[in-house]
Formats: sequence, structure tokens, C-alpha cells
Amino acid sequence: MNKYVTKGANILINYIWAALIVISVISALFTGRISEITSAVYKGGDSAIQLCISMTAIMAVWGGLMRIAEKSGLTNIISKILSPLVGLVFHKLDRKSEAAKAISMNVAANMLGLGNAATPLGIDAMKRLNALNSKSNEADNNMITFVVLNTASIQLVPTTIAALRSKYGAENPMDIAVAIIITSIISLIVGLVINKLIIIITSRKRETH
Amino acid sequence: MIDTLSAYLLPAIIMLFILSGIFKNVNIFDEFIKGAEEGLKTQLKIVPSIVALVLAVEMFEASGALDVITWGLQPLANAINMPAEVVPMMILRPISGGGAIALLNKTLQTYGPISKIGLMSSVMCGSSETTFYTIAVYYGACGVKKTRHTVIAALAADAAAAILSVIIVNLLL
Repeated sequence: MNKYVTKGANILINYIWAALIVISVISALFTGRISEITSAVYKGGDSAIQLCISMTAIMAVWGGLMRIAEKSGLTNIISKILSPLVGLVFHKLDRKSEAAKAISMNVAANMLGLGNAATPLGIDAMKRLNALNSKSNEADNNMITFVVLNTASIQLVPTTIAALRSKYGAENPMDIAVAIIITSIISLIVGLVINKLIIIITSRKRETH
Repeated sequence: MIDTLSAYLLPAIIMLFILSGIFKNVNIFDEFIKGAEEGLKTQLKIVPSIVALVLAVEMFEASGALDVITWGLQPLANAINMPAEVVPMMILRPISGGGAIALLNKTLQTYGPISKIGLMSSVMCGSSETTFYTIAVYYGACGVKKTRHTVIAALAADAAAAILSVIIVNLLL
């Protein structure tokens, strides 16, 4: 039974990708946007490559800067500051491991709202987590936790949102900052609890079978 | 004020990185080149995942599917007291980062930043990330094929963020 459950979860991303495309085509039939969706296929390829080109520069710049930070010991300082926080979420991960340090850098970038830096730093952290993983083509619990941590978007100053709010005349555009942090933190906890529950349930099933 | 501060943040951080390297006698130019090369190699690995995802997202955004799903989710939204105008943000947020920002822009323009709808959309947009992009890029870079329950856990967090945005705006703002 568990085999099927796990297999189903593994290919969930296939279903979601398929669903996005199938729902789009069917919706286009109903809304009469067939020509729009046809051009979207070509535009999709174009914008993917454009995104990749701008990402390539960002990956190279932060790859280079990170290497300097590592050699100079700056990474160690930042990871020491954030170590209690990272340890709280990843309690089974060695706090002094390269992976934990890389996670700290990603968390720091996210907190400061440096979205462009957070992606390359996050990829770096994920690769280091995968290096500690016994099955390199299967996500382990720490890697799943790291995805949840990143999708919950813990950010101290929501600059992009505030900029938009002030553009449309909000007198105090940062008024949503506290609400955003509370929402992020609780949703992170929900994600972590669900993660933990699934781990407990599937490992129990594994034992009984 | 915050805008100016954040404009200085990135240059200041880059300067801190460079100065710390100089201070510790790191061969900074060489190390930068090595790290940049590593970054380029990683980038090449994630191009296919990005093409796959962006294709699906562009089709989704062009098709009007957002309106169809919003209509379908109306009863569910009513049950949790979520205004119908906020539902598209809940759906778009995990799928497309650029799309979510564009939608917030339109929502704030239409309803104003201090309306309930504007506030809820802002909190929803700021409190979670583009989940599918994160999964595709992070796992694509490491060659992870079996994602196990990543999608379920991450979407649970997204759903929680969407529902909480409504509750917290009602309570706090």
C-alpha cells in the first residue's frame, strides 16, 4: 500500500504540470482564447529562455560572491548568527555542516528581501543537503523541509509589496509587514507539521509491511 | 525611507563581501571566477525545468483558466469568508511569481491599497513564494526525480497562508 502512496506523491508534480496545461486548453475552448493560448506556447518558450538568461547572470554573480564569502569566513559568521533559527527547523541536521551554513545564507537573503540572491543561495543549500542524502535522486526529509521553508517566504521587510502599495497611494505602505510575517510563520509551521505527520505515517506503514 | 534603505542594501552587502575577502587575504578575483563558473554549470541544469514550467504557466495565464477556477472555487471561498476578488491570488501565487505581482498591481489599482481586498491580496502575495518554481528549480539543480511528499507539504503551507491572510487582515487591519 505504502509503495503506491509514495509513488503517487512522487509523480504528483507530473499531474500538476499536466493539469496546468490540460486545464488551460479546456478553459481556452470555453473562453474562446484559442489563438491566445497558441501564441502563449511560443511566448512561453521565449520568456523561459529570457528568464534563464537573466538568471544565468545572477547565478554567476552570486556563485562568485558566495565563494569569496566562504573563503573570507563571512559565511561562518552569518551561519553562527542564524544557527539557533536554522537548528529549530532542521533539528536533525548538524549545525556546523556545510549544508547548514548554506541554509543560513539563503535564510539571510530571504529575510533581507534579496529575492535574486535567495534563489542561487537556495540551490547551493539544496545541493549540499543532497550531498548528505543517501539516495541522491530522491528528496530526503531535510530537503523537503527546506522547500517548505522557502515557499513560506520568511521576509522581514516586504519591499516589493510595499512599493506597489505606495504607488497606489497607501499612506503607510509597510502597514502589512506584521501581518505578512505572522502569516508566513504560521504557514511555515503548518507546512512543517504536515511534513512531519506524513513522515510519521509513512514510516509506520513501512514498518507494518 | 524604506525604499532608499533597500536600494542601498545590495551594494552595501556586495561591498561587505569584497572587503571581507580583501581583509582576509583571499584571492578574490580568482575565487569569484571559480564560483561564477560553478553557478553557470548549475544554471545549465535548471534550464529544462524552467522551460517546462514557464510554458505551462504562460498557457495557464493566456487561457482564462484563472477565471474558470475562481468561479469553481466560489463556494469554498464563501465558506471561509474569502472575498471572491482575492481567490485568483490564492491560485496564482504558488504558480507564477511575476503573475502574482502583476495581479496585485491590478488589484491595488482597482480596489485601493487600504480596502479589505487590497490588504488581503497584499498579505497573501507577500507571505508565500512561487512554490512550483522553487520545487522545479531546486530539485532540477540536484537531479532529484522522486519528490516524495514535497508538493503536499508545500501546498499545505500555501493553503494555510491564503486562509490566514483573510483571518489576520480581519483581525489586525
